[in-house]
Amino acid sequence: MSLHRLTLSELQQEFSEAKVSAVEIAQAFSKRLALVEPKVKAFISPAKKETLLAEAKAIDLKLRGWRRTSPLMAMPIAIKDNICTEGVKTTCGSRMLETFVPPYDATVVSRFRSQDYFLIGKTNLDEFAMGSSTENSAFGPTRNPWNQAHIPGGSSGGSAAAVAADLCVAALGSDTGGSIRQPAACCGVVGLKPTYGRVSRYGLVAFASSLDQIGTLTKDVRDAAMLLKVIAGHDPQDSTSADVVVPDYSKSLKTSMRGMKVGVPKEFFTDGMDPEVEQAVRAAIEQMKDLKAEIKEISLPMTKYAVAVYYVIATAEASSNLARYDGVRYGVRAAKEKGLLEMYTKTRQEGFGAEVKRRIMLGTYALSAGYYEAYYGKAQAVRTLIKRDFDEAFKEVDIIVTPTMPTPAFQLGEKVQDPLQMYLSDIFTISVNLAGVPAIAVPCGLSAARLPIGVQIIGRAFEEEKVLRAAYAYEQATEWHKKRPGLSW
Amino acid sequence: MEITQKEVEHVAKLARLDIGEDEKGTFARQLSAVLTYMDQLKEVETAGVEPTTTVLPAVNVFRDDVVRPSLPREQALANAPEQSEGFFSVPRILEDR
Repeated sequence: MSLHRLTLSELQQEFSEAKVSAVEIAQAFSKRLALVEPKVKAFISPAKKETLLAEAKAIDLKLRGWRRTSPLMAMPIAIKDNICTEGVKTTCGSRMLETFVPPYDATVVSRFRSQDYFLIGKTNLDEFAMGSSTENSAFGPTRNPWNQAHIPGGSSGGSAAAVAADLCVAALGSDTGGSIRQPAACCGVVGLKPTYGRVSRYGLVAFASSLDQIGTLTKDVRDAAMLLKVIAGHDPQDSTSADVVVPDYSKSLKTSMRGMKVGVPKEFFTDGMDPEVEQAVRAAIEQMKDLKAEIKEISLPMTKYAVAVYYVIATAEASSNLARYDGVRYGVRAAKEKGLLEMYTKTRQEGFGAEVKRRIMLGTYALSAGYYEAYYGKAQAVRTLIKRDFDEAFKEVDIIVTPTMPTPAFQLGEKVQDPLQMYLSDIFTISVNLAGVPAIAVPCGLSAARLPIGVQIIGRAFEEEKVLRAAYAYEQATEWHKKRPGLSW
Repeated sequence: MEITQKEVEHVAKLARLDIGEDEKGTFARQLSAVLTYMDQLKEVETAGVEPTTTVLPAVNVFRDDVVRPSLPREQALANAPEQSEGFFSVPRILEDR
């Protein structure tokens, strides 16, 4: 049996029924890492074999006599490298934090740790989660497991590639404008961005605080439901985490969509969109109709402003959040400096990559005297209108279905020199973060070039159950989630 | 909105970035392209529209003011590029006269 092929729920069952030991799981995934990771480069810090085996032995020993397992016990999970792991380097894909070893765990990580999970590695990302291709990592790009010449998406490209290449059983990512859903679509896996406030951000290195949210990348929808249950809920350490009851998401999974009203926003299907993406997503909507969903055309007229609003608000918040990297408390410090001010400017110049500097500059400009109202104030007002669009739409429908990304994964290097084109690859995912609602990306096709395509399902705030139910019903009616890349290069 | 190299220098100074001469032209061009794209927001009527700063109902969160254990000093200092006698160490701030 190839353990790395199993989903989280399958591996969990094997383990809880003692058909496989923790040591066997650790060995299988160490072997898989050694074989496949050099091709994919999904990790900045992959786990060491000795560490995994030592943890595994301790787990097997603990279970002797009375086998009482917790759901994530011995499950090899990958964590995006902008989520703090105590004692394990957390770089954010930046030279600035190349040496940073967090003194504490993020809340999501401590929940995993209390269940004795395996940290299989810290995954690659665009520096500080700023990017859509994982090419902005200071430690080199990750390859798309479906085709090494293509990007895995971003910024959680390492997490998505690790799941697609069976290097882990599931992964965590963060999503500020599409950074979980877009790479999930590129790599043919399931990516869930929960409602803003659903999951604690304590220990997630801040990029844009009003938009950032931790979520999951998994092999199927059932696994997403299971992991969300573990990470969701109020946390006193994050005052923006909502005190809303966490349901048992797995119970919401049904194979029918009877009674569900599905909105299809006309603005997301525009002239000139990629024909393969359009065809795959339209086919997915037809499938939902067959599953007894009621399909309705809706309008989200403010959609076309979402990218502009996002890149004002996200960069403004980033310019403020990233002011903390000053070479004093953590991170690198420029070697030769004369005085404090020069130490700051040289440290930041050397520590940050080009895209991070570009965004800090944009945000600083948007917040600067004379431009604040024209850019930042204006963007916040248009954000209100975008949110109202969703509020109106959700009076008529339960979920909204759209493409996740305008095209299948583009080629490495294709958009590096043109930031605006890169930003536009987030056009279908960004408005979801601005409205703060939950959304999931589910595989819905393969292009002629054998690159995955994903459909996005959006729900009302704190209604992840409906999103998961629709995603599960669709997924179970198709075979797309079972397709795996050949990795034959 | 076109932004000049001079404005790039000004913004870099505000952002505490010591950008190189070679980067200034590239930044001016790239930032101009993005800002021009953002200018489409001007066509949206927003008179009387409240700004959204957060999607959650913003309420103040209080807690009792009780002493709790915090990060030990050694751990808090462990990632510092330079430290001295239990403090973060920075270059001299005041000039000698």
